[in-house]
Amino acid sequence: MKPVGFALLPGPGELWVRRGIVSYIGLLVLVPFSVLVFVAFQDGLGAFWERITSDVALSAVGLTLWTGLLVGVLNAFFGTLTAWVLFRYPLPLKPLVSAVVDLPLSIPTLVAGVMLSILYGPASLLGQKFSALGIDIIFAKPGIILALLLVTLPFVVRAVEPVLEEVDPAEEEAAVVLGASPWRAFRTVYFPAIYPAVISGSLRSLGRAMGEFGSIVIVAGNIPQETLTAPVYIFGEIESGHPATAASVGSLLLFIALALHGIARIAEKRVGGRHAQA
Amino acid sequence: MSIRVEHLRKRFGSFQAVDDVSFEVESGSLVALLGPSGSGKSTILRILAGLESPDSGSVWFDGEEATHVHARSRAIGFVFQHYALFRHLTVAENVGFGLLVRNVDPKTRAERTEQLLELVGLGGLGGRYPSQLSGGQRQRVALARALAPEPRLLLLDEPFGAVDAKVREELRQWLRRLHDEVGVTSIFVTHDQDEAFSVSDRVLIINHGKLEQSGTPAEILDEPRTEFVARFVGDVNVFTAQMDKGIAKVGALQTPAQSGPSDGQVQLVVRSYDLKFFREDPGVATVERVVPLGDRVRVHATLDGAGSLVAQFPRRSSLLRGIEAGARIQVEVTYARTYPLESGRNSAP
Repeated sequence: MKPVGFALLPGPGELWVRRGIVSYIGLLVLVPFSVLVFVAFQDGLGAFWERITSDVALSAVGLTLWTGLLVGVLNAFFGTLTAWVLFRYPLPLKPLVSAVVDLPLSIPTLVAGVMLSILYGPASLLGQKFSALGIDIIFAKPGIILALLLVTLPFVVRAVEPVLEEVDPAEEEAAVVLGASPWRAFRTVYFPAIYPAVISGSLRSLGRAMGEFGSIVIVAGNIPQETLTAPVYIFGEIESGHPATAASVGSLLLFIALALHGIARIAEKRVGGRHAQA
Repeated sequence: MSIRVEHLRKRFGSFQAVDDVSFEVESGSLVALLGPSGSGKSTILRILAGLESPDSGSVWFDGEEATHVHARSRAIGFVFQHYALFRHLTVAENVGFGLLVRNVDPKTRAERTEQLLELVGLGGLGGRYPSQLSGGQRQRVALARALAPEPRLLLLDEPFGAVDAKVREELRQWLRRLHDEVGVTSIFVTHDQDEAFSVSDRVLIINHGKLEQSGTPAEILDEPRTEFVARFVGDVNVFTAQMDKGIAKVGALQTPAQSGPSDGQVQLVVRSYDLKFFREDPGVATVERVVPLGDRVRVHATLDGAGSLVAQFPRRSSLLRGIEAGARIQVEVTYARTYPLESGRNSAP
């Protein structure tokens, strides 16, 4: 933090503002956070372990993790490509395309779920076509992945695009004049610049996927050990009066999310720290 | 490599960046494209590199047409204005990049890289990243990177624009020596006349996308063909004068003038260093200010009936004796050129 000159040091009134804000954040975040972990572990580590390793819980967490990871990887690829296309090519109606990319941020995810279930549901034309091919989308795993892809679409795109804008196009020209192929030029000039953004955007979409409820609860069908995801399982446990189970699985998700956050930070530092400026 | 450029034109929207430019560059020479910013000189350079494509006209390298050859295949070295080093690669990787993409084996690549870093005086710094270098050092890395694949032609876009004045002077001398050593045909763009004249064999003056004049530095300085060139390459006084049988009259001053029309109204251009002042009453002018500028002194005076007049003298010159604010002086013009009036209308720098 930048030290502030004497004239700008807080007066007594401002100190109260500072205390007030610290308490506000504490009450809002830290207290519920502590309560969750407390309830999860209050019956001991054994009870916690039992709750998170029940067949239903395990399969729910597993499903949430692998679909989240898949979506993270798919986003890393398609999101980067989308950002590149938006950055590089003079698309007609570019602002419109850009707004469409952001749309999932402003649609309530429940509505996203409704859209998908109408489009691919068993009653829809498209849904019946896929069923005839032996592929169920709604009330099955493909529906979960589609819903997650939809709601996490903007994350990588919005992380990568500003970084692309910052790259000096002369660097790419330099690569081309030196004889580099377009792919080599991209790898040399753009990739190292956007790599941390791809990682963090991808992890953000994974984080979002792990917590996604609204769209999933509609499209997944929520069949235990099949299409029941962790957030929906947690919701069910609260509904059926098992807050300790909900808190335990919730804590597990929380730890995983924190760990991912840590990995993202390290990945960014390792790449960004080496040659940050210039 | 010899270069021939014919009737090059390039338009960006409604802006005519390059307007019917033709010139030739002899193999092995060092040529400056000199002009004010926005004159189109950088665009010409970028067309030579293949980074822009001309709307019309052609580019020939060693007698072969290269207008439509891709930048990747032209084997040209380009030094960008702000270096454009690959910030995620080390200095050595930057220099070796052109060899890497040509699949030169690692051993030869490392040797050539080391050799070039030595050449540009950066031996031992190959492991650094560009961000860890000073502006002047980055400039030299950019040059080494451009030279590594042994280009047929070296293009430099405002190569010393982004370094401070002292380093710039060193780099200029160094570039000239390097050119003499390596011998690659080189063209550089600059808006700085000192730079153009002190480094190059030939200078091409560009203005509003047009080639105003090309020649050796001495030719351009002594015989500026247009008023624009005369104004651009020196600290000048420009008057509207009345010619009468080879004598130009400006207010109280009369002087014979070389070149140009010998009768009627003309544009009279006098360099600030082609003037002599003598203290004399009544004289023809009054000294307004005397401004010391390091090794030179600039004297501002008002010429009776014609307005302000600027002259420069060496700091300890005997010509400065008695020259002080308020003094009346006689003015002698040692060299003046005249140009037709119309030509001056649209070519002010």
